[in-house]
Amino acid sequence: MNIALLGNPNTGKSSVFNMLTGLRQQIGNFPGVTVEQRSGSLFVNGQTHNLIDFPGTYSLYPHSHDENIVYQVLSEPQHPSYPDHVIFVADSSNLERNLLFFSQLYDIGFSCTLVLNMSDIAQRKGIHLSSEALQAQFPEAQLVHTNARVALGKQRLLEAIAQPIKRSGHRFLRDGVIDLSDTLSQKADAEARLERIRSLQFVQLKKEETNKPSWSRKLDHFVVHPFWGYLLFAVLLLTVFQFIFAFASIPMDLIESGFVSLSNFVKSKMAAGLLNDLIAQGIIPGIGGVVVFIPHIAILFFFISILEESGYLARVVFIMDRLMRPFGLNGKSVVPLMSSMACAIPGILATRTIPNWKERMITILIAPFMSCSARIPVYTLLISLVIPNVYVGGFIQLQGLVLFALYALGVIFAMLSAVALNWLLKQKSKGFHLMELPDYKAPRWGNVAINVYEKVRIFVSDAGKIIFALSILLWALATFSPENKQFDTPEQQLEHSYIGIFGKSIEPAIAPLGYDWKIGVSLLTSFAAREVFVGSLATIYAVTDGDDAQQRLMQRMKHDQKADGSPVFTLATGLSLMVFYVFAMQCMATFAVVKRETNSWRWPFIQLFFMGALAYVAALFTFHFFS
Amino acid sequence: MPMTLDQVALHQVVYIESVDQSPISSKLVEMGLTKGQEISPVFKAPFGDPIAYEMNGSLLSIRQEEAQFIQVKSAAHFVSL
Repeated sequence: MNIALLGNPNTGKSSVFNMLTGLRQQIGNFPGVTVEQRSGSLFVNGQTHNLIDFPGTYSLYPHSHDENIVYQVLSEPQHPSYPDHVIFVADSSNLERNLLFFSQLYDIGFSCTLVLNMSDIAQRKGIHLSSEALQAQFPEAQLVHTNARVALGKQRLLEAIAQPIKRSGHRFLRDGVIDLSDTLSQKADAEARLERIRSLQFVQLKKEETNKPSWSRKLDHFVVHPFWGYLLFAVLLLTVFQFIFAFASIPMDLIESGFVSLSNFVKSKMAAGLLNDLIAQGIIPGIGGVVVFIPHIAILFFFISILEESGYLARVVFIMDRLMRPFGLNGKSVVPLMSSMACAIPGILATRTIPNWKERMITILIAPFMSCSARIPVYTLLISLVIPNVYVGGFIQLQGLVLFALYALGVIFAMLSAVALNWLLKQKSKGFHLMELPDYKAPRWGNVAINVYEKVRIFVSDAGKIIFALSILLWALATFSPENKQFDTPEQQLEHSYIGIFGKSIEPAIAPLGYDWKIGVSLLTSFAAREVFVGSLATIYAVTDGDDAQQRLMQRMKHDQKADGSPVFTLATGLSLMVFYVFAMQCMATFAVVKRETNSWRWPFIQLFFMGALAYVAALFTFHFFS
Repeated sequence: MPMTLDQVALHQVVYIESVDQSPISSKLVEMGLTKGQEISPVFKAPFGDPIAYEMNGSLLSIRQEEAQFIQVKSAAHFVSL
């Protein structure tokens, strides 16, 4: 049977889910919509049940995309996810508000188990629950006390699931109406329920214990402080980025060299021919191109999950909300945008916490403007090529200044685009902020691990397919040539391949930006990933691998001349290219993730063309300004 | 004296009188902001918005524009923090 796990946000619902299912979880979408559905199997008395984790909501009435699914599923008995039994997880320290939603579910007539979770926190707050009073008001519900963070109460909960109580039509609120179309009656229903819940006094407060400000509250005065709060956030971000750059590069280099050796191994062991090429140069690098992002995603979500579990992330939203609002964004947009400075892929995956559709779309659409780590090889090559290593005003290094300017340019245009999108995107419902600031608590490592694993798996299984297909396509275009002959060198082969021909044919279009066909070909191939730009140029300039490959590549690029004898890589061309890479969505992985997260091809294509057009215009302007 | 929740001074305890009709009013009620509820602003975000309110021992962050929909009445005592 289907068992639904329902409850308010921050009640430890996911801890209960993890406690019951362990790693036997599947992540998919609710049928027909993009809302993520986490489900897992649960064995009770030799029977297997399907436990479905629903988004956390405060009542049956939906206020966001995620919440809408809860109402849809629960109001339609034919729905494939319609539950036969409901496990409702309530936060014992905030029981009255939690009971609102529970009483609605009870009155619909679901067979219910009420889980009173986090009893330790309630006790610390001096809150005492009357189980007898609860049982008297909800006679057809089972009551179970748990503390899921430390896996307490699992057995009691399993026993309750094994023997669900049949419902006979008893209701908590006899004349309660549940009507989705009428917001006035929703408010009235919620008010009537809360009033009755309060009047029944399920909860007693021992005053002397509550008047002491908790350490959580004391910490808050520091964490949201106008100076210390922002400083703490900046320091934490810097630390996370340091970790990513220090540690992600180790597994990434291993993965890259591992796939290169694998590809070389296949190349040498298999009979030469097209199949060999396809596997060694198409499929293996294609898989490598997916796997190589895993360290970034895993490390970033490791930190984000810790910050989220500890309650700190809600404070970030709190202190950033006012700053983000003029741009049509939400305080919740901050973490995805910051993450995008490491890599847009985990950044876009992190937008799921934004409840408002429009604010989430804007965040997804502007995230790739943040300069990610894949741009660094392109920036550094071009900067060292055309920017002299001199100091401005005696102490500011010009190359560093240019690098900083490129990052700033991305951020500025992200914000400007947000303003434009805010104005362009039509939506009736206005974003709201209203949220709980949960007490600080130590993160539960099991939840952190599962969250990291989920994010990696979503990326590999969904976006990975598109990345893989596109890399094979790019390989085919770079391998096959309409001229049916063998070329002696890789650079000749690339020049005469479809992509080479295409690169040459777009030369008139990119000439105004200061680019020749060689740059054009590299631009096309680097849609696979931005850093491929460097590798493509190395192939075209026939630079073989080696320790000083970068130096030799730079020498050849420096001395390359156009037909009229002028150098190809002038200051204007170099800057124009850098600006192009700030803006263009040169990343098929991002494209694939946007497709996955918006569940449509429309948005990634709009994004691709908008960013491409902006990149073209900005590069054109830059080239003419500097030449 | 009638007052809305956004006008309440820090640490002053008030009781909710009513929640005005608005697109988010049922959301406000669901979060527990109903008539008779004791509530008190405890700290503000930098730039004064949003504001964190203490209610039943938990913290709720509400934007000023959202708090304007909530009519309150002042209580006699103050919470110590």
